[in-house]
Amino acid sequence: MGSVLCFSWGWGNAFETVYFESRNEIDAQVIDFIDQKGRATVAESNVPAIELIGVSKSFGPVQANKDIDLVVGKGSIHGIIGENGAGKSTLMSILYGFYHADSGTIKIDDKTTTIPDSKSAIAQGIGMVHQHFMLVDPFTVLENVILGAEGGALLKDGVANARRELKRLADEYDMTIDPDAVVGELPVGLQQRVEILKALYRGADILILDEPTGVLTPSEADHLFRILRVLRDQGKTVLLITHKLREIMDVTDMVSVMRRGEMVASRKTAQTSMEELAELMVGRSVLLEVDKPEVEVGKPLLKVEGLNVRDDRGVMRVKDVSFEVRAGEVLGIAGVSGNGQSELLAALSGITRAESGKMELSGETLDLSAAHNAAEMRTKGMSHVPEDRHRMGLVNKFAEYENSILGYHREPKYSKGMFLNKDAIRKEAKERIEKYDIRPPTTEMTAAKFSGGNQQKIVLAREIECNPDVLLIGQPTRGVDIGAIEYIHNRIMDMRAQGKAVLLVSVELEEIRSLSDRIIVMFDGNVVGERGPEATEQDLGLLMAGVNQEAAE
Amino acid sequence: MLDTIILVLDSTFRLSTPLLFACLAGLFSERSGIVDIGLEGKILGAAFAAAAAAYVFQSPWIGLLAGIMVSVMLALVHGYASISQRGNQVVSGVAINFLAAGLTVLLGQAWFSQGGRTPALSPATRFESLTLPFADTLANVPVLGPIYANLISGHNILVYASFAAVPLTWWIIFRTRFGLRLRAVGENPSAADTAGLSVTLLRYRATIICGILCGFSGAYLSVAQGAGFIKDMSAGKGFIALAALIFAKWKPVNAMFTCLLFGFLDALAIRLQGQEIPGIGEVPVQVFQALPYVLTVVLLAGFIGRAIPPKASGIPYVKERT
Repeated sequence: MGSVLCFSWGWGNAFETVYFESRNEIDAQVIDFIDQKGRATVAESNVPAIELIGVSKSFGPVQANKDIDLVVGKGSIHGIIGENGAGKSTLMSILYGFYHADSGTIKIDDKTTTIPDSKSAIAQGIGMVHQHFMLVDPFTVLENVILGAEGGALLKDGVANARRELKRLADEYDMTIDPDAVVGELPVGLQQRVEILKALYRGADILILDEPTGVLTPSEADHLFRILRVLRDQGKTVLLITHKLREIMDVTDMVSVMRRGEMVASRKTAQTSMEELAELMVGRSVLLEVDKPEVEVGKPLLKVEGLNVRDDRGVMRVKDVSFEVRAGEVLGIAGVSGNGQSELLAALSGITRAESGKMELSGETLDLSAAHNAAEMRTKGMSHVPEDRHRMGLVNKFAEYENSILGYHREPKYSKGMFLNKDAIRKEAKERIEKYDIRPPTTEMTAAKFSGGNQQKIVLAREIECNPDVLLIGQPTRGVDIGAIEYIHNRIMDMRAQGKAVLLVSVELEEIRSLSDRIIVMFDGNVVGERGPEATEQDLGLLMAGVNQEAAE
Repeated sequence: MLDTIILVLDSTFRLSTPLLFACLAGLFSERSGIVDIGLEGKILGAAFAAAAAAYVFQSPWIGLLAGIMVSVMLALVHGYASISQRGNQVVSGVAINFLAAGLTVLLGQAWFSQGGRTPALSPATRFESLTLPFADTLANVPVLGPIYANLISGHNILVYASFAAVPLTWWIIFRTRFGLRLRAVGENPSAADTAGLSVTLLRYRATIICGILCGFSGAYLSVAQGAGFIKDMSAGKGFIALAALIFAKWKPVNAMFTCLLFGFLDALAIRLQGQEIPGIGEVPVQVFQALPYVLTVVLLAGFIGRAIPPKASGIPYVKERT
């Protein structure tokens, strides 16, 4: 960077940065960013606040960040958008010194630097508002704000000072708060305010907010955005991490898109659209031709009515969702991840208890607000391939054959008196390995050592071979290689051909479109629309962003 | 009657002291998020080291110092296992208890050949009772005189130190930067970490303070209250201290009153041993010995409300999220 690429136009308060595009072949394009409003506070600065060059980070075999380039202009609100797992949080944790990049250069205010820990990040003027607040619940607001920056060995030295400073910050940024309130008793919106005040109190010039609106009500979110604009106008740099397109359009000046650990594009917000961002976020995956024959659709096997689900934090994640899935039908649930799909699956499969709602399963009506469990749902003919196979689908340390009966271990064919009939289990596991082409073909290796695609096949084999009427399947091809994707898709089509009802949840639009007979889109816990498989990607993308064009017209 | 009451209360103070030291030790540790089942072992180890050193060097002060050193060493073992290695804190604590129980007797036998005891300490090598100013002159004043002379005065210095440690602990925990940070790592270590503090360092410091206080507790048993080390002389005090800590809801002043209550029950048990209680008859001493535990359970269950431990206590801090 430097003088070659960053220059001033010479007229007083214009601010210009030439923006580096990532090395993505599709979107190679240089964007220049001229601040039209010409804010006085940022007039002289043409130095980027943050510059990342070739930053990579992996956790074991998982590459969370791949060769990331990013330039963030001083005094701007810069959005980083991407799906869950795209690597946004990891990248920000590197900036805040929580993780160390494996390689790459970080520049703050055009000076190459290292950020070994959070202390150093704070010293360099970086503040972070974490997705899960880093607050001590039984402490007061004041105690939380001064923690780590007490200003003396005795608390009373710093407290009066902090009280004054807090009042000044609160006035300046319109963030009034009672400094003596106990943080744990505050509503989440105010807790977040404490987090922001904490960062400002430490003199942060760069503020990173990680998914800040996930826990906020719409009006709290609006207030937050007002605060962010004030901060920008005062010359602070704001990095906003989110997967919500609307927020990006509302509040940011620039936006960078991440997908599967890579920075795929950067755009000036005014020059992009939700459609384009949705496309960049989800990515154009290789279109797999799935053979989808005509199947006679039968009677509904799964019917859900008025389902509401609240998460552990008390936030309503699924709101009044109703749908039905008929025999010989695949119902796809599309949506950007984190919009209630996981909670929906958990409630239907009996893992969590719903706030309210009824489910009709194979003719029997169940009250989902009562306690159920996954085993019970299985006996009623519902199988579940969970979204996260590592956390819910498999026990990574168990051998393949042990994993092949998880949840079905009580069945008489696997037992010999009070013991497991290991011979029978191994024999069946071998048959499945052959049938599902699980590689390497061994029953004894631990699940952790199989590749993602083969792990998924182990789960799939287990859940399909018990011959369910209804199959719930979440993110069937996440982290699965192309060959296995095709195989898994064909298995789902087989289920459909056999007259089963399949509920497919996926964040991959292409997958949803190629497999489903009907598609419903979830946004913020609501079903915002239903489409046929012929719906365009743009149309679905907008629905995923919570905009129902059909309804609007 | 007054004499009897004073006598019981006097022994209450003396019996509360080791509990109080241990309870405050546990308070520092648990406030920082380290559960310490090993208080008992540290007390025992310190008691042995104190008695042995006091005998060899003929000084209670060197005994105290040795007790503290051994206790801190055991605390560091616990710290290494549970902070650096992120091991299970209960397992580590239990291991320390067994280690101390076995090693004290083994070394005692090897060094002194008295069946695991240390040689009896002469009065000069123990912490002796202090007579406060005017205690003798005021002894004849009705009511207040005996209270001052017999109850307040006439204890050894460690008794006074234990009660002085209560306001000191309160001040450190609630009024200093160190205390704030200590409480923060016990409640939400991630918050402390992101605020730029070292969770590891803070927890080690708490663990060391815990060791020092257990050292006082152990030394008190063998060099002040007793006159030498006897096998298993801590007799569950570390566990009672843990019960007291829960009872006190991890607060220093509450801890003092709880330890006094438990000390009182102990004193009462000794007093009533073998005596007939009108209307009931002779009560087995075990009933009184069990009372602290029973009280903790009963009162916590119904009377004083829920005792909420520091949120992160017992959970090793793992920084990496994946």
